Amino acid sequence: MLALAHLSKTYADGTRALADVNLEVRAGEIVALIGGSGCGKTTLMRLVAGLDRPSAGAIRVDGEAVEGPHPAVGVVFQEPRLLPWLDIADNVGFGLLDRPAPERRARVAAALERVGLAEHARRRPRDLSGGQQQRVAIARAFVTRPRVLLLDEPFSALDALTRASLHEGLLALWGQDRPTIVLVTHDVGEAVALADRAVVMRPKPGRVDDEVPLRLARPRDRASPAFEAASRRVMAALDRSLTPDESRPAREPQGAALWW
Amino acid sequence: MTATDTLAPSPAPARTALRVPAAALGLALPVVMALAWEGAVRMGIAEGRLMPPPSRIGAMLLDLARSGDLVLHGGATLGRVAAGFALGAVAGIGFGALSGASPPARRLLDPTLQALRAIPSIAWVPLFILWLGIFEASKVALIAVGVFFPVYLGVVGAILGVDRKLVEVGRVFRLNRSQLARRILLPAVLPDTVTALRSGLGLGFMFVVAAEFMGASEGLGYLLVDGQQMGKPDQILAAIIAFALLGKAADTLLVAATAPLLRWQDTARERL
Ligand SMILES: Nc1ncnc2c1ncn2[C@@H]1O[C@H](COP(=O)(O)OP(=O)(O)OP(=O)(O)O)[C@@H](O)[C@H]1O
Ligand SMILES: [Mg+2]
Repeated sequence: MLALAHLSKTYADGTRALADVNLEVRAGEIVALIGGSGCGKTTLMRLVAGLDRPSAGAIRVDGEAVEGPHPAVGVVFQEPRLLPWLDIADNVGFGLLDRPAPERRARVAAALERVGLAEHARRRPRDLSGGQQQRVAIARAFVTRPRVLLLDEPFSALDALTRASLHEGLLALWGQDRPTIVLVTHDVGEAVALADRAVVMRPKPGRVDDEVPLRLARPRDRASPAFEAASRRVMAALDRSLTPDESRPAREPQGAALWW
Repeated sequence: MTATDTLAPSPAPARTALRVPAAALGLALPVVMALAWEGAVRMGIAEGRLMPPPSRIGAMLLDLARSGDLVLHGGATLGRVAAGFALGAVAGIGFGALSGASPPARRLLDPTLQALRAIPSIAWVPLFILWLGIFEASKVALIAVGVFFPVYLGVVGAILGVDRKLVEVGRVFRLNRSQLARRILLPAVLPDTVTALRSGLGLGFMFVVAAEFMGASEGLGYLLVDGQQMGKPDQILAAIIAFALLGKAADTLLVAATAPLLRWQDTARERL
């Protein structure tokens, strides 16, 4: 389980990126973090990943405080961030170098198989398409079997078709060890397709504004009425989070155009 | 294969047909000029005393090679460059790594080194001669100084330019300092370091000439001075050609030696 308690982050320049964020994510749950630009989603990810320190508050993974990069926490960044001098297999195995070589090879091969890149194992990252590279990055994070996996807009640079196929791949990987997943996204459809819960954030200072449970059965059919109803609920919550504090609860119609 | 041939018959051959003369075109001007000069001197239109025709330069090179002088002088020059380059490169990489990796070290070292860099390296010559004598040590020291600065700057720049995003990948996988250095920083800085070493080597060859001008009894630079004093322009030109060949060979060797480390980024290297 991932628990954020009274988490705050004020940057050196005084920007209050996060103020008193409280969030509990059950083991195996998929949470989509959604919200306007600058509401602190990336900041929150970086704190949980241990890449930055919070100004106040605590992060716990299964009761253990996160004080720096934690072995049970995996990260997929917005860009693939593959190491250009390693081939695909070595990139995927980057987090496994403390394991014996036979185990490493077997796990890398299995992970590459699962993301459909087995035949590319000996190629370099630059020879792969953007979508393939992001699959490698996902495989690299999954292969260490993290209990918590953070994904910061991992598919935002990809076209809709590639994105949909990566959603399925991600769910297939998740189905194996069922890690807790926190996924930052700008895409309402992505949140509804993947998450058990959408957490909507609001900026200045960044905080949790609303939560929308998404109790749809899997696999989810994007064309189903339940999917569309859920999308509308997330969209409405997002719209509300974008209206300035003073003018709540009045709903701004142009909010939808402003949210990203 | 045949399918592509029939589908695209003309463009590919047309492009290669253009490319071959394009490469030859670069050679055309020097070759035509050399032949014209050769012809002009042969026919007595021009006098080849100060600007000897290619045949005389070739003959001089052959003479020097036969008598063993070319090996003697070329070897002396190469030895000085090798020693100076080794010293300068090792110091440049060492100080560069220190400055690049540790901000306190950078604040301590960099201002001094930048100030020293502002001094034209040749200005050290009198001091080096006083300190180290007129023989090999002062020459090697001058070359080492010339090599040091581009290598130092290149290594510092390479380390500071390492993609922070890749360093974060290392942190996420909880690499310790030495693992981070070995598995991320080192491979990331290698390409720029090799480029810095290449410019250092180029400067090494520049400074060996200066060093050999200031008094040497052997070396290609000595052949230059000797050719001037004895009024033998063909010897000067032969030495210049030997310099060009040696410099190019040393650079090619450096590139070949480092190529296995950099194969992953060969697309970028093609531009160098
Ligand atoms: N290193 C930093 N120093 C100072 N301020 C920062 C820093 N990083 C982010 N901020 C500020 O903190 C706030 C939250 O930024 P953050 O990147 O977390 O937003 P985000 O929700 O990820 O936005 P987006 O959806 O555009 O990626 C913004 O106002 C941003 O300008
Ligand atoms: Mg962000």
